[in-house]
Amino acid sequence: MHALVQGVILGVLTGGVYALMASGQTLIFGIMKVVNLAQGAMVIMGAYLAYQLFVSFGLDPFLAIPITTVVMFGLGVAVQLLFLRPLRRDDKSELSLLVTFAVALLLEGIMSVTWSTTYRSINTSYANSSWTVLGYQITAVRVWAFALSLLALGLLFLLLNRTRFGRAVRATVQNPESARLLGIESDRVAALGFGLGAATAAAAGSVYGLLYPFYSGSHYDLISRLLSIVVLGGLGSVGGAVVAGVIVATSSAVVAATVSPAWSEMTFFAVLILVLLVRPQGLFGTVGRGAI
Amino acid sequence: MSRAGVARGGGFFLLLLALPFFGLAHWVVNLLVFVLMFAIMASAWNLVGGFAGYPSLGHAAFFGIGAYSMALMFHGAALSSGYEPFVALPLIGLVGAVIGWPIAIISMRTRADVFAIVTITFLFMIQTLAFNVRSLTGGSQGLSLPVAPFPAASYERPFYLVLVAMLAVAMLLTFGAMRSKIGLSLVAVRADEDKARGIGVRVSGVKVLAFSVSVGLTAMVGGVWAYYETFIYPQFAVDPLITIAVVLMTFLGGRATLWGPVLGAVILEAGQQTLAYRLGGSQFYLIAYALVFLVIMLLLPRGILPTLEERIRLRRRARVANAPDTPGAARTADAGRVALAPGGRS
Repeated sequence: MHALVQGVILGVLTGGVYALMASGQTLIFGIMKVVNLAQGAMVIMGAYLAYQLFVSFGLDPFLAIPITTVVMFGLGVAVQLLFLRPLRRDDKSELSLLVTFAVALLLEGIMSVTWSTTYRSINTSYANSSWTVLGYQITAVRVWAFALSLLALGLLFLLLNRTRFGRAVRATVQNPESARLLGIESDRVAALGFGLGAATAAAAGSVYGLLYPFYSGSHYDLISRLLSIVVLGGLGSVGGAVVAGVIVATSSAVVAATVSPAWSEMTFFAVLILVLLVRPQGLFGTVGRGAI
Repeated sequence: MSRAGVARGGGFFLLLLALPFFGLAHWVVNLLVFVLMFAIMASAWNLVGGFAGYPSLGHAAFFGIGAYSMALMFHGAALSSGYEPFVALPLIGLVGAVIGWPIAIISMRTRADVFAIVTITFLFMIQTLAFNVRSLTGGSQGLSLPVAPFPAASYERPFYLVLVAMLAVAMLLTFGAMRSKIGLSLVAVRADEDKARGIGVRVSGVKVLAFSVSVGLTAMVGGVWAYYETFIYPQFAVDPLITIAVVLMTFLGGRATLWGPVLGAVILEAGQQTLAYRLGGSQFYLIAYALVFLVIMLLLPRGILPTLEERIRLRRRARVANAPDTPGAARTADAGRVALAPGGRS
C-alpha cells in the first residue's frame, strides 16, 4: 500500500511534465495534422540548452526557461518553414511523419556531435533535497517541476483562450477550411503553432534535465510515451493531453513501484492498445475529423 | 506479364545469381548481402506502406522478432551442414506473421497517422522487451548463434543465395498482388478506404493479409541477419533506423512499384555504407543521413521510378503531338478524339 501511494504521488508529479511535453505535440497535430515525431528530440534539445546555460553561466534551469523557449520557438518555426511547408498537399500526412522523423535524427546527430553521447545531468544545489510527508518521500525538484509545468500550461491556456492568435489557432484546429475562409492566415498560424509546440518542449526539457540524466538518444524513450499520451487524450486536444499525461504517468509509476521498473514502459503500450480497442478517438477526441 | 517484363526480371535474377561466382572481394559480397536484405524488407514494406498507404514505422520490431526467433532456435545448437537455419526460415516467417496478425487487426482500426503511432510504439515496446526479458533474450549481453561451417573463401555465398531466393519471393508476391484483385483492393484502400468499403471491397481482410505477409518476410530477413552476424544485441536487432532505412528506400525508388524498393535499396545501402566508411562511427554520420533523408523527401517525394515514368510519358506525348505537320486545328481535333477514346476507340 505504501509503495502504491508513493507511486501515485510520483506519478502525478511526473505527469505534469509529460502533460507539458504532450500539450505541444497535440497542439501541433491539431493545427497542422502533423504527428511530430521530433517532439522528444526537441525536449532533449531543450534539456541540453538548459544544461549548457547551467554549466557555462551557473544559470538555474528554471530561470533558463525564458531563454530556451525563445531559442526553441525560433527552431520550431524554422523547421516548419524549411521542411514541412514545402510538402505537397495530397500525401502530406504520410510525408510529414517521415520528415519529422528525419528532423529528430538530425537533432540527435547535432546533439551527439555537440555534447557527445555520454549521459549528462543537471546537478543543482537542491537536486537531492526532499521532504517527508506522512512517511512518504517527496523530492523538492519534482514539486518545483510540477509547479512549473502547471504554470507553463496555465500560460499556454491563457495564450490559446485570451489572445487573437490563440483564437486563430483554435479556429484552425476546429476547421482549417472555414478558418481560412474567415481570413486566418493558416500558413502563419502553422509556423507559429509549430514554434509554440517547440517552445513547450523547451520548457519541459529544462524540467526533464533536472529530473533525469539524459543523452542524445533519450528522445527515443520519450517519443513512444508522448505518442501514447496524445492518443489517449485525443489527438489535437490540449486539455486531453494534460489529463492523459497525468493518467499515463501515474499508472506507469504505480507499475514501476509495485511490479518492476522494467515493465513500466509496457504500461504506455498497454494504455495505447486499450484506448484503440475501447475508444479509438481518445478521451477528448472527436470522431470524423483528422486521423481516425 | 509483358515479354519485356519477363526478360527484365529473368535477366536481373540471372545476374544476381551469377555475381558471387565472379570472384568478388569479400567486402563487395558483404555489401551485396546487406543490399539484398534491405531490398527484401523494402519490397515487403511496400505491400503495406506503398500499396495500401499505411506507413508502418514498426517493421524493425518484426526484424528483431525474426532475429531473436532464429537465435532462440539455434542458440547453443550444433550445426552439421550449416543449412539448418535456412530450412527454419519459413517457420520464422510464420512466427512473424502470427504475431503481426493481431497487431494489424488492432492498429488498422485507425488511419495513417495513428497507425504510424501504434506501430512505432510497438517497435519501442519490443525493444524494451528485448532489453528486459533477460531470461529469454539475454538482455543487453545479447545472444550468440553457432557459426556457420562454410568455407572461409565463400562464406557469404549461401547467405547471398538464400537472400536472392527471398527477394524473388518478395517480388513475385508484389507482382502477384499488382496483377490480382488483392492489389486492386489495396490501391482502393489507399485512395479512399470508406468508398472502397462502400462498394464491397473486403478492406479489413486485405489490409491484415498484406500486413501479415509483409512482417513475415521482414522477420525472415531478421532470421538470416542473426545467423549471418552470429551474435545479436537488442540495440541492433530492434533498431528504429532499420525501419527508417526501409521506408526511405521505398520512397526513394517509388512507392507502389515493383522495382522501386529494390532500386532504392541498392542506391541507399551502397550510399549508407560509403557514408559510414567515410565518416567512421562518428555522429556526423547521423547528420549526413538525416540531411539526405530530408532532401529526398522534399525533392523527390514520389520517388525515382514514378518521376522518370512521368518524364518519359510527357516526352512521348510531346513527340506524338508534334509529329503531324499541321499544328493548330488538327491537334485540337486529335485531343478531342483522345478524350472520347475510352468509349469507342476501336
